[in-house]
Amino acid sequence: MGRAMNMKLFYLALVGIAAVGVAAIWGARRSINGAGATSVTSAALASVGEYEGFVLGSDSAPVEIVEFADFQCPACARFAILTASDVKARLVERGLARLRFHDFPLPNHGNAMPAHLAAACAGEQDEFWAMHDQLFYNQGRWSRESRPARRFREYARAIGLEMGQFDECMKSERQRARLEVAKAEATALGVGSTPSFLVGDVLVPGALPYDSLKVLVEKAAGAAAQ
Amino acid sequence: MVTAALSLIGLLVAVYLSLWKAGLLGAIVCGTGGCETVQLSEYADFLGLPVAFFGVGGYLAIFVASLVGLQPRWADRSGPTLLLLVLSGLGVAFTAYLTYLEAFVIRAWCRWCLGSAAIIGAIFVASLVGWRASRHPTA
Repeated sequence: MGRAMNMKLFYLALVGIAAVGVAAIWGARRSINGAGATSVTSAALASVGEYEGFVLGSDSAPVEIVEFADFQCPACARFAILTASDVKARLVERGLARLRFHDFPLPNHGNAMPAHLAAACAGEQDEFWAMHDQLFYNQGRWSRESRPARRFREYARAIGLEMGQFDECMKSERQRARLEVAKAEATALGVGSTPSFLVGDVLVPGALPYDSLKVLVEKAAGAAAQ
Repeated sequence: MVTAALSLIGLLVAVYLSLWKAGLLGAIVCGTGGCETVQLSEYADFLGLPVAFFGVGGYLAIFVASLVGLQPRWADRSGPTLLLLVLSGLGVAFTAYLTYLEAFVIRAWCRWCLGSAAIIGAIFVASLVGWRASRHPTA
């Protein structure tokens, strides 16, 4: 009798542990569906726009997804590796949205600014997205190096950049002023962490999965059509 | 009972990391950001599968073996206890390898992974105690 009662209590405890765990995981799943989303006022949107960033997709797409990202941010790398291909294939290439990369190098990431400079210098040769992929896919290699410039040169060579121009761009840091504008604009819009996404007038922090972005695009398209 | 409860907690941790790896969760809950560094490293996959998937399989096997060992017909047999010892021993060895990678190769710490390491270590100790007790019954 005593053992049977103990076993019942034990199984109840297991069910309790399982319920708490599943609820916590379910909560984490729900938190990606718009939690923390804020609306950006039209005045704030109108006050920025000097920094163009880098765009994938058609100018005629009805919705724009602006990604605010830091090349040294692990969550941004996760988005680039796991989610961006879906966004490109299912939203951008179908003309439903265009994707704009907005640089937002965070001050607590020591190698972020050089990485953003490398991407911007690649952008001068129309190879921003190739460098973007190199930086995110190899983030674990360069993010903790004391002198990451050597790695960036490797990536520049791998994607076929003209190295003289790339080296000169990196040395002069001529893209830094543009990146400072990018940071200032992101801050003015209320971006506080990376990655964050602006879809229409909705700003959402976090490495959103494809489904969440698709919902935001559909809402923005609906709002634009009205 | 101890191994069943611990393996259930370990299973939930492994499921959480697996779902995150599969892209079904948002930002991973991890204070230092080291979890993403570890989970996105080239060592986060083993034999072509995410390491977390092996955690799900391992903890599930330990959980089932623990429950079987608690049933009256198995309570006096050493088979489930020995199976638990072998499974948790393999888990400890694999976890030691992963912890070595975190410390000396990736150089980042994933708190969930460390939590899992503590859980599998505790399961191994509990299994060892149970196995020794089964070899030297007091009554």
